[in-house]
Amino acid sequence: MSQLSTRHLLGIRDLTSEDIALILSTAKQFKEVINRPIKKVPSLRDITIANLFFENSTRTKLSFELAEKRLSADVLNFSASGSSVSKGETLIDTANNILAMKVDMVVMRHPHPGAAEFLSQKIDATIINAGDGTHEHPTQALLDAFSIEERLGSLQGKKVAIVGDIVHSRVALSNVFCLQKSGAEVMLCGPRTLMPKHAESLGVQVSHHLEEALEWCDVANMLRVQQERMDKGYFPSIREYSMQYGLTMEKLKSVNRDLVIMHPGPINRGVEITSEVADSEYSIILHQVENGVAVRMAVLYLLAQKA
Amino acid sequence: MQKKVILNQTLINIILERLCHQLIEQHGNFADTVLIGLQPRGAALAYRLEKMLREKGVNNIQMGLLDITFFRDDFRRRETPLHPNQTKIDFLVEDKRVIFIDDVLYSGRSVRAALDAIHSFGRPRSIELLVLIDRRFSRKLPIQPSFCGHTVDAIDSERVLVEWKENNQTDQISIIPYEST
Repeated sequence: MSQLSTRHLLGIRDLTSEDIALILSTAKQFKEVINRPIKKVPSLRDITIANLFFENSTRTKLSFELAEKRLSADVLNFSASGSSVSKGETLIDTANNILAMKVDMVVMRHPHPGAAEFLSQKIDATIINAGDGTHEHPTQALLDAFSIEERLGSLQGKKVAIVGDIVHSRVALSNVFCLQKSGAEVMLCGPRTLMPKHAESLGVQVSHHLEEALEWCDVANMLRVQQERMDKGYFPSIREYSMQYGLTMEKLKSVNRDLVIMHPGPINRGVEITSEVADSEYSIILHQVENGVAVRMAVLYLLAQKA
Repeated sequence: MQKKVILNQTLINIILERLCHQLIEQHGNFADTVLIGLQPRGAALAYRLEKMLREKGVNNIQMGLLDITFFRDDFRRRETPLHPNQTKIDFLVEDKRVIFIDDVLYSGRSVRAALDAIHSFGRPRSIELLVLIDRRFSRKLPIQPSFCGHTVDAIDSERVLVEWKENNQTDQISIIPYEST
C-alpha cells in the first residue's frame, strides 16, 4: 500500500495501522534525504502551505517549516499574536482569508480541542493537526514511534511508559493510539490528580508509582508538567512532584536494564527529568527532534498527493 | 498475447560481458568513476555489473543506489502514488564520472529525475547512462543511452519484463502485455 486512507491528519485515532506503517517507512527515506549534502527535494514545488499557530510553539513550528521547505513547498507563517485574531476575527474567517490566497494545505496548532476537525469540515484544504488543546498531537506521536522503532528495531511487543501530566497532555493521547496500533503496550504513570478519570478504558495499564513503571517498561516517555493549562493546584509543590515523579539517574540505575528515555520537549530540567538523565546515553531526545523533520516530511508528502 | 521471451540467460550473459568490457575500455581502473543504480529496478543490474567487473580485476569500484521518487515530475498526477526506495550513496559525486545504471530505458523521465537527484550529492564531472534494454521510439525526452545492451521495439501496450536469477530461477527478458503485470 502506498496511499493513506485519510485526506487530513486530524488525529492518530483516525489512522489505520497500515497508515502508520506507511508514514514511518516513508519517513525512513526522508531521514536519508535530510542527511544528504543538499537536503532538498522538489516534490511539493506546486504546493502552498499555511502554518497557523494560535498557540506558542518552538519545535513543532520550526520542524514543520523546515519539513515544508525541504520539500520545496511555498510556506506562509501565521502566529496569533500580532494578527487580526486579537481584533476579534473568528477561526473560520482567518482560515478562509488565508485560503483565498490559494493555499493547498493548512498546518494548525490551536488551544481548543477539536479545532482541526472543525476546520476540516468548514474549509476546502488538507488540514494537519499540529496540536489541538489537550486532545491530539499526531505528528509528535508518529515521530516518537519512529524514534523507538529506530532505536529498538520494532514497536511490536515493546512496553512504553508515559509518565507525568497525562490529563493535560495531547502527546499522551496520540502516543497511546499510535503505540497500540503499532503493536506496543502502554502504561500511563502519574499522580492521581493528573490522570484522566477513565484512563483504563483506553486499554492501557495505569500506575501511580514511577519505580513500578520503570521496572515494567522498555521505553519511558517523560512529559512536562503543563502549568499553563492548570487552573488549580494539582499537586502540593514542584519539589514534591519532582521527588515522586522526576526521573533521576539513581532511579534509572535501580532498574537493571538499559531503558530508552524520551521527552517531547520543552524540558523543565530538574522537574520531570534531571539534566544528568536528559543528556545521558539513554536519552534519545535530540534524535526525536531530528526525526520530527523526517516524519513531518513524510506526512506532508503523503497528504499532498490528495491535496 | 502471452509472455514472449526475447533474451535468455546465455544471451544476457554475452551482453553483460560486452557491457563490462565497454566500461573498462572507457573507464580504465575506475579511479574517478562511480556506478549509480537507479532504484528500484536498476539496482539488481548494478550489483551484477559490479560483481562482474570485480571478477575482471577492477577492484576499487564505488557503487551507490539512487531513488528518484521525490524528484519525479508526475507527483500528484498519477492514479496510484509510488512508494520510495532506499537511496544509498556513502560518497560525494563531486567531480566524479557518474554512470547511471537502469534495466529498461523507456520514456526517459526517470533518467531526467535522476539527473536532478544526483546533484544532491555534488556536481559530477560527467554523467553517462547504461541500460540493458533500450525501447527506442518510446522516448518522450531527448535522452539517449551511452551504453546499451539490447534494443527492443515494443508498443505502448506491452511491457518489457527483466527477471534476475537472484529473485527468479534464471535471468530472462520478455515482453508481456500490460494487463498481466
